[in-house]
Amino acid sequence: MNLLLTFRIALKAIGRNKLRSGLTMLGIIIGVGAVITMVAIGSGAKARIQEQIASMGSNLLVVMSGSTTSGGVRRGMGSAPTLTVEDASAIAAEIPVVKYVAPSLNGTTQVVYENQNWSTSTTATTPEALLIRDWPVTSGRTMTDADMAAAAKVCLLGQTVAGSLFGEMDPAGQIVRINKFPFTVIGVLASKGQTTWGHDQDDVVYVPLTTGQRLLFGTRFPGMVRSIMVQTTSPEVMKQAQEEITRLLQQRHRIRIDQENDFSIRNLTEALSTAEASANVMTILLGAIASISLLVGGIGIMNIMLVSVTERTREIGIRMAVGARQRDILYQFLTEALVLSLIGGIIGILLGVATSELITTFLKWPTLIAPAALLFSSGFAAVVGIFFGFYPARKAARLDPIEALRYE
Amino acid sequence: MSELIRVENLLKIYRLGETRVHALRGVSIKIQKGEFVAIMGASGSGKSTLMNILGCLDRPTQGNFVLDGTDVSSLNTDRLAQIRNKKIGFVFQNFNLLSRTTALENVELPLYYNGTPAKDRSRRAREVLQMLGLKGREDHIPSRLSGGQQQRVAIARALVNHPALILADEPTGNLDTRTSLEIMEIFQNLNQNAHITILIVTHEPDIAAYAGRHIQFRDGKVIADGQIQPRTASEDLAQMPVSPDEGVA
Repeated sequence: MNLLLTFRIALKAIGRNKLRSGLTMLGIIIGVGAVITMVAIGSGAKARIQEQIASMGSNLLVVMSGSTTSGGVRRGMGSAPTLTVEDASAIAAEIPVVKYVAPSLNGTTQVVYENQNWSTSTTATTPEALLIRDWPVTSGRTMTDADMAAAAKVCLLGQTVAGSLFGEMDPAGQIVRINKFPFTVIGVLASKGQTTWGHDQDDVVYVPLTTGQRLLFGTRFPGMVRSIMVQTTSPEVMKQAQEEITRLLQQRHRIRIDQENDFSIRNLTEALSTAEASANVMTILLGAIASISLLVGGIGIMNIMLVSVTERTREIGIRMAVGARQRDILYQFLTEALVLSLIGGIIGILLGVATSELITTFLKWPTLIAPAALLFSSGFAAVVGIFFGFYPARKAARLDPIEALRYE
Repeated sequence: MSELIRVENLLKIYRLGETRVHALRGVSIKIQKGEFVAIMGASGSGKSTLMNILGCLDRPTQGNFVLDGTDVSSLNTDRLAQIRNKKIGFVFQNFNLLSRTTALENVELPLYYNGTPAKDRSRRAREVLQMLGLKGREDHIPSRLSGGQQQRVAIARALVNHPALILADEPTGNLDTRTSLEIMEIFQNLNQNAHITILIVTHEPDIAAYAGRHIQFRDGKVIADGQIQPRTASEDLAQMPVSPDEGVA
């Protein structure tokens, strides 16, 4: 018996009892559909987190200055004037695994254009900050070292700020007032969207660090910055960079071993990696739960195949009488189970893809259908078919032809 | 004439729980190629057991069975299946056709199991069906055929692999007299013209009368074995009044 013929016989047998075959397949259809939908939801969540990591800047460490206490009120990280531009330069110069360093100051400012005004977070930083965050402009030009050197009164607007102040108009070249100082808008930053925790990354204004120090965030401590963004050359060296920066700053700030550091280093990527890991766990969990329904579908196939073997005992006897070997019968029933589960699997894939689309459309959940998930679930369906089809098929193959022919 | 079947001292014991049933108690038979043999006996006489062994569906507990020069008493189930496929054609009392399967596909069935190419399968099945007067019924399913026609499809299926032996187990048991005669006529034609060896099991003397040799069974033993002058089915058929329709089972 060749393979093609076996398949044709199996298809014919399945076609003979359409309702029953359909109901049997339903188990597999729902199982495969559920696996695909659930994994798509999990993968979608994971993809969104990965997008977040990418938009925030990869391999990113943030060095924050320490806290101050005045009159018993502890003012939180970044309030102490402990970090300086020189610290940033030292990090860049002395630690080889560091790729970019961007010291920055920031605060809330009011931005005014003609009769429009908008309160937003303004960051005074170096052009490297935009390289670290991989943040291009959509119109105008980006910040340059020349702007830094000249302490030019120029600014870059985030999409939200640009929209609030200028509407549809291109802000590049216009003059806005930030805390009453006139700044020329040199460009508008590309949209980064919201973070997972709902923070609008486009509600920002960027100005050169030097300008910011002079006009917006002037303090009694020249050269003081609130934070330093550091990008390492690869994700593997982040731990090493963190340790080296700590050691360097301890040295520079003359902190003794028994003293607390007057700065802290945050690994934002790590936080998001944790989120990513939990998304992974969610994907596996959802997939596993959905797999159970696939398993139940498999048991359905086994059940129906057992009924089918009993019902077709006479047929098996006839086939054996005319020369079918045990393995011919085994393959015949195994192929039937396999075809049932494969057809169910294909319909299940279509159902799963459609359901994922509906979820994205109506619930606005991100879903991502990975080709691997399609391959996996159709493969799994086939395995389920073979596994649960084997016992009934073996039962059929081991029938005694004499008994089978006599069966009423 | 050369020997087709030789069984010696065949013993078959079934276990039914605690008791042992001796279905065959030392049966020795030789059948030459081209014989038309009727095996007769009451139910429980062991004739069905013998048929199952001769049909390679069962193996004897003890004794030898040589079919067409091959000792089959020691073969495994796969080899037995191949022998059934190549050398034996079965015809049953209840036809044993696959339901909801066309006459053509039923006849093709043995060819599925010996790797005959699809084209040859169809051609050979059509030839045999035509030979048995079933041209035009190739696409009918068994439930749309009369009993006689169904049995002819079954005979076609038995013939399609050019077997050395046809084993018919009460082939006319479900048919009326006229149709029974028609089936016996077919068997006689096959025996005389195609020199196919035919063994039929029957308890009807009227049917056995068309075979040239009668073997009588009782209690698992052969009690009589002799040649007779067979009647001719076509002559008997010619003398019967013509029925308005083909017999219905």
